[in-house]
Amino acid sequence: MTSVLYDAPGPRAKRRNVLLSVLFFVLLALALWWMWQKMDEKEQLEWALWEPFTTSQAWTTYLLPGLGDTLKAAALAMVIALPLGAVFGIARMSDHRWVRVPAGAVVEFFRAIPVLLLMLFAFEFYVRSTDIGSEQRPLYAVVTGLVLYNASVLAEVVRAGILALPKGQTEAAYAIGLRKGQTMTSILLPQAVTAMLPAIVSQLVVIVKDTALGGVMLGFTELLNSRSTLAANYANVVPSFIVVAIIYIVVNFILTSFASWLEGRLRRSKRGTGAVLAPEEVEDNPAAIPGTYGTGAGGAV
Amino acid sequence: MFDFLEGYDVLGAFWMTIKLTVFSAVGSLVWGTLLAAMRVSPVPLMRGFGTAYVNIVRNIPLTVIIVFTSLGLADIFGMTMGASDNFELQGFRLAVLGLAAYTAAFVCEAIRSGINTVPLGQAEAARAIGLGFTQTLGLVVLPQAFRAVIGPLANVLIALTKNTTVAAAISVPEAALLMKGMIENEAQTLAIGAVFAFGFVVLTLPTGLLLGWLGKRLAVKR
Repeated sequence: MTSVLYDAPGPRAKRRNVLLSVLFFVLLALALWWMWQKMDEKEQLEWALWEPFTTSQAWTTYLLPGLGDTLKAAALAMVIALPLGAVFGIARMSDHRWVRVPAGAVVEFFRAIPVLLLMLFAFEFYVRSTDIGSEQRPLYAVVTGLVLYNASVLAEVVRAGILALPKGQTEAAYAIGLRKGQTMTSILLPQAVTAMLPAIVSQLVVIVKDTALGGVMLGFTELLNSRSTLAANYANVVPSFIVVAIIYIVVNFILTSFASWLEGRLRRSKRGTGAVLAPEEVEDNPAAIPGTYGTGAGGAV
Repeated sequence: MFDFLEGYDVLGAFWMTIKLTVFSAVGSLVWGTLLAAMRVSPVPLMRGFGTAYVNIVRNIPLTVIIVFTSLGLADIFGMTMGASDNFELQGFRLAVLGLAAYTAAFVCEAIRSGINTVPLGQAEAARAIGLGFTQTLGLVVLPQAFRAVIGPLANVLIALTKNTTVAAAISVPEAALLMKGMIENEAQTLAIGAVFAFGFVVLTLPTGLLLGWLGKRLAVKR
């Protein structure tokens, strides 16, 4: 392990590291033991509370339908937000000021607003102005909120993806006589989409996490919401939280690993320009996109 | 025109949002810096703990964490945060705890990415001219790292401001909860939505512009 922060350790540093390791291990073990004690004290380790998760009923009645709704909302939101984001992202790079400025304003506006506000507003809007049944309303509201927010985040991803391509691509396209629209659709976009894939997959993690908001605030029957039904049935609040958290971690970990696998694959691939947009490049650092300071969406957070 | 605001404490709700943001920001900065220090430390066990914490917390929805602080920590484990008789204060403190624990993972990653932007050659050059460990760190590496960290940290702060709305899930009377109540009871849905949206734009936009400008200005040009 090389780091800027320290040199390769000598004998004294090695001894100190061993000492620190032991000390830290003891502290960690104490903390874990204390938590275990607390769990035991409040009788959260009773097998009766954990046993439901070994039966198929808890999974087929509560957790799997909940997870299904979570994934459904996330997938819908992504599928709708992506083209919308692409349109706004491209509009933001337009040569015409009257296209560029409004598109930029819309994107920055929706990026600055919490997704919960959008969901609450969409929910109320559907209650008053549409005849969507109360069964379907939470799903519509959650997806609407997620689409509005994530389309604006994806617009930035698309823009960054196109800007990450080498300038020669556009120049070559112009040189062989393609027009602006043709350059965008047949040269830049196809390459940018590949470059953006890792960032898009990581945005999916954010979407999956945000669906949980709809479960608590709007009664959308996703995973966190079915957890409370489950806990009401088996009276196992803490175990149900732990199991649900593990499900989220597994789902999101798979998505994150897929994103970094994609990124590595694209970086190594011989085809294409080798332009890849790592998730962090958009989310941690909008200043990396030339020409804007950005309000900063804090995309992954 | 704004008579629908009557009887509602909109400013008070946004003040709660600001308080949540500030307290959680301080908490997450402290805990996140500690985590980052662990993640870059020479002790493998600390590195492992830091990595595990970040990867676990980052992948759990904030909503799950916040709701758990109330239903789990407070109700089951009796963690009342020193305010057992004041439900509102207890909710506020629990929300700050949850927000800080969650945001710390992102603060840690922001700081670590800042440290990683310092080229190895800088430290090597510092050692080559005879600087010791503390000198290398204090005079060469950290000053550059801090500058690179401002931009990413600003984004985390903005995201945190927006994330405080999740505290509505445990009935902390902040902006999103008030908006939920208002749009259910008042007729002017659009106007209410616009007022709250404007409030968040006012909170996040200047932070983003100011810190973004500062980050760019202070960044080490390479």
